[in-house]
Amino acid sequence: MLLIHCPYCGVDRPELEFRCGGEAHIARPLHPSATTDEEWEAFLYLRTNVKGIYAERWRHIHGCGRFFNAVRDTVSDKFLTVYKAGEPKPDLDALARDAQKGETGK
Amino acid sequence: MADFQTDELFGPDASAAPLLNLDAVSVLACAPLARLSLRCRETGVAPAGTAFGLSLPIEPLASETAPNRAAFWLGPDEWMLVAPESHLDQVMDACETALADQPHALVDISHRQDAIIVSGAKAAWLLNTGVPIDLHADAFPLGTITRTVFHKVPIMIWRTGPDSFVIEAWGSFMEYVTGLLVQAADELKAA
Amino acid sequence: MSQPFRTEKGGRIDRAAEISFTFDGEGMTGHGGDTLASALLANGVHLVGRSFKYHRPRGILTAGSEEPNALVGIYRNGDQTPNLRATQVELYGGLEAISQNRFPALGLDVGAVNDLMSPFFPAGFYYKTFKWPKAFWDRVYEPVIRAAAGLGKPPKNPDHDRYGNLYAHCDVLVIGSGPAGLAAALAAAETGARVILCDEQAELGGSLLSEGSATIDGKLAPDWAGETIAALGAKDNVTLLARTTAFGYFAQNFVALAERLTDHISEPDPNVPRERLWQVRAREVVIAAGALERPMVFPENDRPGIMLADAGRTYLNRYGVKVGHKVLVATACDTAWQAAFDLADHGVEIAAIADMRPNPPDALQAIAQARGLRVETGCVVTGTNGRKRVKSALLGRIVEGGVTSAGDVACDALLMSGGWTPTVSLYSQSRGKVVWDEAVGAFVPGVSVQNERSAGACRGVYGLAATLEDGYAAGEAAAKAATGKTAALARASSNGADAGTGGVLGTLPHDRNASKVKAFVDYQNDVTAKDVKLAVREGMHSIEHIKRYTTTGMATDQGRLSNLNALQIAADALEKPLIDVGLTTFRQPYTPTTFGIFANVSRGDFFDPVRKTPSHGFVEEKGGAFEDVGQWKRAWYFAESGEDMHAAVARECEVVRKSVGLFDASTLGKIEVVGPDAAEFLERMYTNPWKKLAPGRCRYGLMLNDAGFIIDDGVIGRLADDRFHVTTTTGGAAHVFATMEDYLQTEWPDLDVWITSTTEQYAVAALQGPKAREVIAPYIDGIDLSAEAFPHMSVATGTFNGVPCRLFRISFTGELGFEVNVHRRHGKMVWDTLSTEIEKHDGVVYGTETMHVLRADKGYIIVGQETDGTVTPDDAGLTWAIGKKKPDFVGKRGLARPDLVAGGRKQLVGLLTKDPKIVLEEGAQVTKLAKPPAGTPAEGHVTSAYFSPAAGRSIAMALVKDGRSLKGETLNIPMPAGAIAVEVVDPVFYDKDGARLNG
Repeated sequence: MLLIHCPYCGVDRPELEFRCGGEAHIARPLHPSATTDEEWEAFLYLRTNVKGIYAERWRHIHGCGRFFNAVRDTVSDKFLTVYKAGEPKPDLDALARDAQKGETGK
Repeated sequence: MADFQTDELFGPDASAAPLLNLDAVSVLACAPLARLSLRCRETGVAPAGTAFGLSLPIEPLASETAPNRAAFWLGPDEWMLVAPESHLDQVMDACETALADQPHALVDISHRQDAIIVSGAKAAWLLNTGVPIDLHADAFPLGTITRTVFHKVPIMIWRTGPDSFVIEAWGSFMEYVTGLLVQAADELKAA
Repeated sequence: MSQPFRTEKGGRIDRAAEISFTFDGEGMTGHGGDTLASALLANGVHLVGRSFKYHRPRGILTAGSEEPNALVGIYRNGDQTPNLRATQVELYGGLEAISQNRFPALGLDVGAVNDLMSPFFPAGFYYKTFKWPKAFWDRVYEPVIRAAAGLGKPPKNPDHDRYGNLYAHCDVLVIGSGPAGLAAALAAAETGARVILCDEQAELGGSLLSEGSATIDGKLAPDWAGETIAALGAKDNVTLLARTTAFGYFAQNFVALAERLTDHISEPDPNVPRERLWQVRAREVVIAAGALERPMVFPENDRPGIMLADAGRTYLNRYGVKVGHKVLVATACDTAWQAAFDLADHGVEIAAIADMRPNPPDALQAIAQARGLRVETGCVVTGTNGRKRVKSALLGRIVEGGVTSAGDVACDALLMSGGWTPTVSLYSQSRGKVVWDEAVGAFVPGVSVQNERSAGACRGVYGLAATLEDGYAAGEAAAKAATGKTAALARASSNGADAGTGGVLGTLPHDRNASKVKAFVDYQNDVTAKDVKLAVREGMHSIEHIKRYTTTGMATDQGRLSNLNALQIAADALEKPLIDVGLTTFRQPYTPTTFGIFANVSRGDFFDPVRKTPSHGFVEEKGGAFEDVGQWKRAWYFAESGEDMHAAVARECEVVRKSVGLFDASTLGKIEVVGPDAAEFLERMYTNPWKKLAPGRCRYGLMLNDAGFIIDDGVIGRLADDRFHVTTTTGGAAHVFATMEDYLQTEWPDLDVWITSTTEQYAVAALQGPKAREVIAPYIDGIDLSAEAFPHMSVATGTFNGVPCRLFRISFTGELGFEVNVHRRHGKMVWDTLSTEIEKHDGVVYGTETMHVLRADKGYIIVGQETDGTVTPDDAGLTWAIGKKKPDFVGKRGLARPDLVAGGRKQLVGLLTKDPKIVLEEGAQVTKLAKPPAGTPAEGHVTSAYFSPAAGRSIAMALVKDGRSLKGETLNIPMPAGAIAVEVVDPVFYDKDGARLNG
């Protein structure tokens, strides 16, 4: 069971309190009717689904109820960072490099 | 830390027999209360507090109490306000008046959930048979309030003393919560 | 003395407490503190089971949870638990144990013929044999394989035991309580850190309990362990858990422990759970899991009486049991010598110490000499004799290019040691990668990937002094990492139990006919060295393939005993270095774990929460049937005496349409949407327009996902400009709420609106039927109920019988209808009042089945029945519910997708069977032809079908390709008994113009 830091509650809580909401930073187009079929398809269905560093949405459903974003390594299941909804996507490559350094420094 | 006025608010329901009554831990049903869900922007916090009669807690997982009042931080724009059952209309009116110019949502949830008091030397142990978070006093100090889960149902848990907690759950989930607590406490009866 | 192999004194058993038990019905005695294995050995019993494949007689090999042979069934309360390791079963008075995998008896087993047939059971036997003909798969092969598979018999009765759960948190979790674990716990606890120390054994202390002469701080090792454990136990910040196996290491230091609470007790208190699952979140973990001794792979190394050397020492020093009267010790390393010395000191005759090394340490040879023990160096065991217990062993001298016979030695027990293998299972579970350590001659933990460190023998640090120091250091480091705190703890000094040298991997050389002898690598799965070589010859080059082909390492010990030997044999056959062959992965659970501990409290009444409505007691009293709708128990129908469900539903339907019916609608999801932007939010979430809906009015709301498909529906009432009362389906409540939160928080955080679940704030009693108004009128205050003042699709607040109420005038039956929403704790009062009141009007209470029929009469859809996540509003005939002028709503863009606007979609229609008595089956396929050729795709399927009293016939709804253009045409429903002809009609079967709604 993962341990997840909620950026709103400021505490680490077990995964039981959370729901994963899939890839983060997939914004719903502001004017859906103006999108092409391809753009709408991409919004609905196309996800990067990476093996590695991934920004995804979580909701602290059995806590403060807030959605937030988390960067998780899908290979190791380690969370590299969490941030509040609306905050910009961090530099995933930089996070990956930092994580690598932390690993070898151990 | 404010003084805890829990006895006035979260008192045992005098008409109900204890759900569990052991030396080490007891589980008592609470009498009905007025509960309000308050949602508002930052600008609403101060006037809502004034109308309600205490400063709304703005630290995560914090609670504030005053005579006949308790306010719980449940989320960055979400509080639960608790008062005696008979104060419902008065509290609702006062808050609506104070927040008339503020975007807000005030919803009566008095009947949505029920409360129990779990207390005794084994209270934290008993709760941890189903609550996955750390209830050690260092990690979950007096006054801490949070939503979490108990086995398969959502609950709210509030520490009101070193060995006492208030647990709230939606009405239809409470039998599950108390049933499992009573069952888990069986081993405390063993010689 | 009834226990001929018991020592005169010594050991940690309670000699004063003699305990009776039975094994295969034979009565024996043991002592408190014995395991079943030690008690059997004390009685001279080595033969305890038959092997899996060849049914060879097998004895106790080890003294721990890795035991591959001594698997027994334990009877208790009229049922038995199979496959328990006798080495872990603690003796209690009246214990009944049985051996397994033998017929008719342990001593005479007809399955042993498999051993003679063994040339026909090579590696990969199943894959090679059970291939063809295909007709044999389920008729012949499966029954044969199933009959032969498995060891013990599964219990037949429901598990009468209960299982507890506890979530726990600590700074430092120490797994294993041998010298490294105890030292780690001491060091961590000294800093004030919260420490949990667990050990799978009945008594904490690990290998210290098996020491005969080593000392710590001048005390005998077991005594020091006892004092240390008592001191730790006295600390508030330490939790000690004996009989507790750390069986799973998961992400972020989440470790699962299985604590066994009652299995060792003769008459357990029924209040105490049998086992407790500890779900521990540890800031830091210290793994001090120790090391296992490796068996030696020599011909016939599996006879009863052949055992690991350290197990022999444990039985002697800890349990006061001599494993034999004349013991041969065969070894490749120093530590086994101590077993010979300890046994000799207890008067056991040592047949010989046969060390395969040409030059074992002089110091050991000197001690042996001093005791007058025969020592053979450069000498291996090349075979053994004795059917049910070893009688003698053949020795061979290792010479240039081979082995020459060195005669045979009589013995009644043979202790062997091929060296030590660090237990890296939990480290491996933590996703760490093991690395080969040449000096240790084994795989050891590599870099930690979690907040974890290994200490002592499990990372190849051997010898008492070094192990203690490694434990102290690990405990200090773990506490510091977890809490930042340090403390100075004086180190204990030790003497004895040195590390020693030596060890061997793979098969031993011998002078026997290699094609005729069996040298076992994996005892439990009967895998021999030959099998591993054969697998390589047949093309298995990856260790993962070899493992599965031969089943080596797939037994309950997950290869902890066998892996390294198997690897070496495979490496030799592949002519590759061992490290290039790789190691298989250790997975959870570390040792076999009961299903009960996983099911835990989720059984019976607590399998899942049971949510009850205010009418629950009424329904029970009236004998109504319940239907599970999600976690809710809803009244299904109320049969009166002599009625079946069909008759009850028909009666309920008729009465509702004629007079009035009462229905508990409390389970419907309710969401209060409040804020200045409430209407704007609903405008975006639902297909319908909301801004012009006046307070006091209701509207049917249809919710889509952004793909354009229907996901929920419900009536929404506007209470005030900034307040709506939204209802959802019962099953969709949580999902709709979560979906609304998702859009609100992540797409439109600028909207000033909030949602609150009020599902359980309100109990709902629905009154439907022409007399509904008459029934509620006497109880309602503050609302004008007249058709003019309170028309269909209205909402108002007032009181019901003096309690606040939100009254809706809505209908899901096509009749005049009201839904009384009161605060939940008033729900029972309202239900009781109305259920009494309706009797005056010849009304009925009805359940979900009647509700379904009544709504189908009117063609009202049920989300999840008429829809399946691929149905659009147009498909369902609900285009009227779409606000066409709205610039956007969830699903609007989706509806314009090419595949949703293309023709040929399945549309909701009514079906009338030509024979009005026939009720179609829901889910049945719809075709054009009565006998469509094989492979013809269906035109659609039946979504709902009932007998409708209002229509006086059967009715059905179906999704049919281009269905609306087929009205009047005949289609078919092919069924096993022949096709049923149906006519396509409009899906409204009753009161098409809706006159009754407006009564």
